[in-house]
Amino acid sequence: MAVTAQTKLNAEKLRADFPIFDQEIRGKRLAYLDSAVSSHKPRQVLDKLRTFYETQYANVHRGVYTLSEVATAEYEGAREKVARLVNAPEPRELIFTHGATESINLVAYAWGLDNLGPGDVVLVTELEHHSNFVPWQYIAKRTGATFKAIPLDEHGELKLDSLEELARGGNIKVVANNLVSNALGTINPVERLTAWAHEQGAIMVVDAAQAAPHHEIDVQQLDCDFLAFSSHKMCGPTSVGALWGRAELLESMAPFNLGGHMIRSVKLEETTWGQLPYKFEAGTQPIAEAVGFGAAVDYVTDVGIAAIEEHERELLVYALERLADVPGFIGYGPPPERRAGIISFNIEGIHPHDVAQVLDMEGVAIRAGHHCCQPLMSKLGVAATNRASFYLYTIPDEIDRLVEGLHKTHKLLGQ
Amino acid sequence: MSEFDQMYREVILDHYKNPRGHGELEGADAHAEGQNPLCGDEVSIFVVFGEDGDTIDEVKFSGRGCAISQAATSMLTEMVKGRTATEVGVLDKEELLEEIGIPLTPVRLKCAMLGLTTLKVALHRAKGTPLPDGLAGFDELELS
Repeated sequence: MAVTAQTKLNAEKLRADFPIFDQEIRGKRLAYLDSAVSSHKPRQVLDKLRTFYETQYANVHRGVYTLSEVATAEYEGAREKVARLVNAPEPRELIFTHGATESINLVAYAWGLDNLGPGDVVLVTELEHHSNFVPWQYIAKRTGATFKAIPLDEHGELKLDSLEELARGGNIKVVANNLVSNALGTINPVERLTAWAHEQGAIMVVDAAQAAPHHEIDVQQLDCDFLAFSSHKMCGPTSVGALWGRAELLESMAPFNLGGHMIRSVKLEETTWGQLPYKFEAGTQPIAEAVGFGAAVDYVTDVGIAAIEEHERELLVYALERLADVPGFIGYGPPPERRAGIISFNIEGIHPHDVAQVLDMEGVAIRAGHHCCQPLMSKLGVAATNRASFYLYTIPDEIDRLVEGLHKTHKLLGQ
Repeated sequence: MSEFDQMYREVILDHYKNPRGHGELEGADAHAEGQNPLCGDEVSIFVVFGEDGDTIDEVKFSGRGCAISQAATSMLTEMVKGRTATEVGVLDKEELLEEIGIPLTPVRLKCAMLGLTTLKVALHRAKGTPLPDGLAGFDELELS
């Protein structure tokens, strides 16, 4: 991927692109610190959805009429944009799905069911989101393969020195890891892990749902085999996401969903499958959402992914410094240089639900819960944590309001 | 009074910080554990009946949870002590909600109801009283 000099982003200015911030919540300006779960949408994406539905919409790949051709060009144009975002060698390797979860399920079922069996090992990590954990645990069980997890150290980083021991437990066939942890923000050493996976003869499946919105991704540099991500965390619509996979692997795999549009020919005796990417896009796809996803890719790349990452790192350093003064603050996760804009924390003696509730009264939105990472929570010895997360529109004032809200929470509910 | 002050009003904070009936009862006549995976709340309820085998003589709870769940369960123990299992098995949740006396969002309602639901399960097991409303097909609370 070409490295271009990025200008520093102006979050105050970008914020004006997001209509959600025009309103007040509970009589206060919204401080939205929950972008890791889903981001807000800029006018540029919302306008594109509207224009597409109003002037370009038809079902794709089916009609010979002009409108269908226009819609198809928009849909395939979006595929090219999304493929370029991760530096995919070819757009046909980029499958539109309903999101990162479906992307991973596609690989787990379509590749896993035919390639795993007794004596094989499926290796995930203790840091995975349930979406890159549960499908593998399930498919391993279905196929008789062993399911194992790379453990974490006390900072929430993978213990790579455990790999050799894990490799002795069987034939490693799949390694599945998130590039950025949604719960702790840990940036994982996926390149190293991929090299190791390939030495074992395993495929490397990367969950990039939390990485793609904030971190430059180059699948050719990572050298992974599959990469999954979602639109809704990166300024795009919900219900659409992507799976990038190596063409030779995708071609060798059975289809996942079966039905219309994914076929070459259907006869009573037998059906043959269509070409990539259509083999994996059965039925009417989320067409407008995919087009909106393309507009979102335009938006974040115009802002600059590197600039977004740098902006979030500055916010992270500032927030960690200010949060250290909050009585009872317990932070989780690695140091800022190996971490995305996510702060997982607890306030000693106060349940995260209460923390989030008190903050909500102040117009500050954070997440409280297990973040779909129950194995990690049990590793940390907690039922839940609070999580504040940032994006390109996050401003220091929102962090100040978080800190003030936490002081208030402690005053009210601290023991 | 602001919404904020309503939700964390003095009586809630008092029950949260000084829960009544906190602890466990060895050799309890009725016992159940409940979890709310949504927010990590866990509660264990222990009941000892009086000589008539029906009146709730002692009731205690242990577990971890948010202020709302802990305060509501604390209030519940005060409310049911001295009543019969038969009565409490069909206790209207509105009675507890009235006692809690604060506006609750649907999410927080689950926190507030965790103790009562778990108690009803304990009584159901020991005395065959009805299961709490909607427990068949329950997907939010996991009761073990």
